[in-house]
Amino acid sequence: MTTNTSPRRRLKLSVVLDHSVLIIGAAFMIVPVLMLLQMTTVADLINMKTGPSLMIGDQLDDNFMKAMFKADGFAGDNTGLRMLINSLILGLGFAAGKIVLGMMAAYAIVYFRMRFATLAFWIIFTTLLLPLEVRILPSYEIVQKLGMLNTFHGLIVPLIASATATFFFRQFFRSIPEELVEAARIDGAGPVKFFIDILVPLSQTMIAAMFIIMFVYGWNQYLWPTMITTDEDMFTLVRGIKQIAQSQEGTTLPEYGRSNMLALIAILPPVLVVVFFQSWFVKGLTESDK
Amino acid sequence: MAQVTLSQISKVYPNGAKAVKPASFDIPDGEFVVLVGPSGCGKSSMLRMIAGLEDISTGDLHIGERRVNDLDPADRDIAMVFQNYALYPHMTVRKNIGYGLQNRKIAKAEINRKVAEASALLNLDDYLDRKPSQLSGGQRQRVAMGRAIVRDPELFLFDEPLSNLDAKLRNQMRIEIKALQRRLGVTAVYVTHDQVEAMTMADRIIVMNAGNIEQIGTPFEVYNRPATTFVASFMGAPPMNLMEGTITDGQVRIGDLVVAQNLDHPAGPVTVGIRPEDIIPDAAGQMKIEVSLVEELGAHRLLHGTLGGHPLSVYVSKDNEVRPGVLHVSLKQNAVSLFGKDTGARLS
Amino acid sequence: MKRAVFANRWLPILLLVPQVVIIGIFFYWPAIHALRSSFFLQDPFGFGETFVGIENYTSLFHLPAYGRAAMFTVSFTLLVTILSLSIALLFAVKADKVLRGAKTYRTLLMWVYAVAPPVAGVIGIILFNQSWGPLTDLFKFFGWDFALGVNYYDTAFAMVLIAVWKQIPVNFIFFLSGLQSIPKSVREAAMIDNRSASGRFWDVTFPLLAPTGFFLLITNITYSLFDTFGIIDTVVKGEPGNNPMTLVYKIYVDGFRGNDLGGSSAQSVILMVLVLAMTVVQFRLVERRIHYT
Repeated sequence: MTTNTSPRRRLKLSVVLDHSVLIIGAAFMIVPVLMLLQMTTVADLINMKTGPSLMIGDQLDDNFMKAMFKADGFAGDNTGLRMLINSLILGLGFAAGKIVLGMMAAYAIVYFRMRFATLAFWIIFTTLLLPLEVRILPSYEIVQKLGMLNTFHGLIVPLIASATATFFFRQFFRSIPEELVEAARIDGAGPVKFFIDILVPLSQTMIAAMFIIMFVYGWNQYLWPTMITTDEDMFTLVRGIKQIAQSQEGTTLPEYGRSNMLALIAILPPVLVVVFFQSWFVKGLTESDK
Repeated sequence: MAQVTLSQISKVYPNGAKAVKPASFDIPDGEFVVLVGPSGCGKSSMLRMIAGLEDISTGDLHIGERRVNDLDPADRDIAMVFQNYALYPHMTVRKNIGYGLQNRKIAKAEINRKVAEASALLNLDDYLDRKPSQLSGGQRQRVAMGRAIVRDPELFLFDEPLSNLDAKLRNQMRIEIKALQRRLGVTAVYVTHDQVEAMTMADRIIVMNAGNIEQIGTPFEVYNRPATTFVASFMGAPPMNLMEGTITDGQVRIGDLVVAQNLDHPAGPVTVGIRPEDIIPDAAGQMKIEVSLVEELGAHRLLHGTLGGHPLSVYVSKDNEVRPGVLHVSLKQNAVSLFGKDTGARLS
Repeated sequence: MKRAVFANRWLPILLLVPQVVIIGIFFYWPAIHALRSSFFLQDPFGFGETFVGIENYTSLFHLPAYGRAAMFTVSFTLLVTILSLSIALLFAVKADKVLRGAKTYRTLLMWVYAVAPPVAGVIGIILFNQSWGPLTDLFKFFGWDFALGVNYYDTAFAMVLIAVWKQIPVNFIFFLSGLQSIPKSVREAAMIDNRSASGRFWDVTFPLLAPTGFFLLITNITYSLFDTFGIIDTVVKGEPGNNPMTLVYKIYVDGFRGNDLGGSSAQSVILMVLVLAMTVVQFRLVERRIHYT
C-alpha cells in the first residue's frame, strides 16, 4: 500500500503544476483585454491620470453610446455603427466570395477531365505563394486605375485573388470516395445535380469551417483597407481604430473610454464566432494544411 | 432482364497499360456470373466497362438487344453495388434508395411504393428514416442492395460488395444476395477476389489473371478440371498441389514414384496437380509423405510435408489421427491433373 | 487522381473563369507590374519613368536604412517564432494532459486568434503607456525606464511581445490537435517502455509532433514577416522615424508615403523571392506529410 500512495502524491503535485501553467497562460491571454474593458467603465479623466486600475465605474453604457454613434470624421460618417456595418460587409463578403469561387474552381479541377488542367492548376495555386502584402503597391495602382477606390468591391475582390479556399476544397473533394460519384452517375445525376444534391451537402461542415476562418481573416484585414479606403464612410473597425486611438494622443482629454470600447467592438464578433463554433473552426484550420 | 454479350472487349489505359485483353463471352438471361481473380487482374475494369464507368477501348457490349458502348451509366438499365456501399451519407435510407428514381422523374407516389416494396424485401422498414452512419455494416449493405433493386434493372453489378464485412456477416449476406438474385431472376455480374465467394455464389465462374480470361465454367468444372495451373492454384484453399513430373511410356512419375498410368500423352516433363483432399492415408499405400506440421482445423486436419522433396499439403478428416513423421498414403481415382510444363495449360 | 470524372466540356471552364479572371487582374497583373517597376525610376510627380536596370536593387544594398530593417526583420522573426512556438507547445502539452477544465483552457488559450493585429497593437500601447502603463510601471520597479517609441530596443521589445501574444493561439491549436492525433496505443506503449514523463515527451511525443512543428515554423515566419504589419503600424503610431521596422512595413513606407515606387518595387521583388523559396520548402514538407500519414 505504501508504494501506492507515493506515486499518487507525486501525480497530484504534477496536476497542480499543470493547472498553474494553464491558469497563468489563460491570464496572459485574457488580462490585457479585461484591462480594455475596465477602462471603458470609468471616466476619461481618471483614465488619463491613473490609467488602468481595478476600479469598476459606471461609464460603460455612456462609452458604448459614444463609441457606436459619435462621429469625428472631417467629411464623413465614421461612427462605430457605420464601421461595424462596413466590417461585417467586408468579413461576410470576403468569406462568401472566397467560398463560392473556391468551391467552383475546386469542383472543376477535381471532377472534370479537362485540357489544360495542369496549367489551370498552376495558374491558380501559384497564388498561394505570394501574400498580398508583397504586391500591395501595384495592386493599389490597379484598383485605382479601375476606379475601385473607396468601394466595397475594390475592398473585397482583390483580397479574394488567392487560392487558399480552392486548395482547401480541392483537398476535401479528393478525400470523398469516388464510388459516390459513380453511384450518382448510375443514379442518373449529371455534374450540376451531383454538385447540388451531393457535394454541397457533404461539404457543409467544411463550408462552415472555411466560412469562420475567412470571416475572421476578412474582418481583421488592416493594410489593404488602410490603402483602399480614404472616405471615412468606408472605414472598417479595424482600419478606423488606429486613427481614433491616435487622435487621442496630445489632446487635452483623450477619450480612452470610447476608443477602448471601439477596440472591444472590433474584437467581439470574430471572437464570438471562433469561440462558439470552436470545433468547426479548429477542424477547418488544422485540416487546411494537409 | 436480359442477356449480356461481350465481343472482343478490351481495356487499354492512356498510359498503354492493357488492363483487359480482348475477351468475349455471353451471359444468359438470369445467370449469376462471378468474375474472380487476384487484385490487378482486370476484373474490376471489366465490370466498370460493363457499368459504363470506364470507356470500352475496343469491342462491343450488348445488354439485351441494345449496343450500350456509348450510353451513359444511367441509361444502361443497370444497378451497381459498390465495395464501400457508396451510400450518400447526408441522405436518409429512404432518400438513398429513391434518389435514382427521383432523377428519372418518376412520380412521388410510385417512388414511395417501390421504396416500401424494397425495404420490406430487405427488412429495412425500421431504418428508413435513419442516416447511413446510424446503420451497421450489414444494414448498409442491404440499403445498397435496395438502391439497386428499386431501379428494376436488367443487370445487377456487384463490385466486391462483401469485402468490408466481418466473416460471419459475409457468410450470411452471401446467402441473402444469392437468394435475392434467384427470386428476382435478374442477370448478375459479381466481382470478387475471394474464391470461396465465387464457388458458393456463382452459376458460372470466370477466372481472370493479368488481363486474360483463364477459364469460364461452373464452380464444379473450375474446381475439378482447372484449365490452367493458375486456376488450379487460385481456386481452393489450400490450393492444388503442383509438382514437377515426367511422362515416360504413358506413366506419370514424380521422382521415382508412379502417380498415374495408362496415358496416351507423349513423353516429356509435365506439371502434376493433385488436390490435397484427394490424397488419403493408407497404410498399404506406396506413397510416403514426410509430414512436418499438422494444423488442427476441427472438422479436418491439414498436413504440411514433402513428397520426394516437393512441398505438399494433405487434407484429411478429423478421424485420421496423424502425427509428424512418415505417412503412407494413396490417391483417389482420377486425382491427377496434368498441365503442360511450359504452357501451364491442362492436358486433357 | 480520381478515376471517375465528368466528360462535360464547357462546364469546368465556366466554373474556373471567375477565379482565373480575378487572379489574373489582381494577382498576376500586380506581380508582373511590381517586377517591371523594379527596373524603372518613377518621376515623383507622375511624369513618366526611366529604365534604370538593376539600379533600384543595388542602391538598396547601399542604404543603411534597408540593412537595418533587414537585420531587425531577421531578429524579430526569429524571436517571435521561437518564443511563440515554445510557449504554445508548453500550453498545448499541459492542456492535453489535464482532465478537468480542458475545454475551458482550450477556449481561453485560443480565442486571441480572432483579435486583429492592430487592435493587439492598441492594447500594447496602453500597456506600455509612458506615464501609467502597467508594464511600464512593472519594469520601472525593476529599474528599467521603458520608453516606447523613443528607445529603439524598448520599442522592439514591445513589438515582439505583442506579436508573440497574438501568435500563441494558432500554434497552440495546431500543437494540441497534433498531440491529440497521436494514437493512444503509441502513448500506452511509451508508458510501458519509459517511466519518466519528460523522457517520454522528448523520445516519443516530440518527434511525432515534428511535422506539425515544421509546418508551424514556416507559418510563423510568414506571420512575422507579413501579418505583423498592423502591430508595427500601431506601435510606431504611423511615424516610423528611428523606430524599428520590418521589411514589409518599409515597402509600404517607401512606396506609399515616400513615393519611391521603383525602390519599393525592388524591395517587393526581393521579398517575393524570399517567400517563394520558403513556400517551396513548405510544399515539399506538406507533400511528405501526405505520403507518410
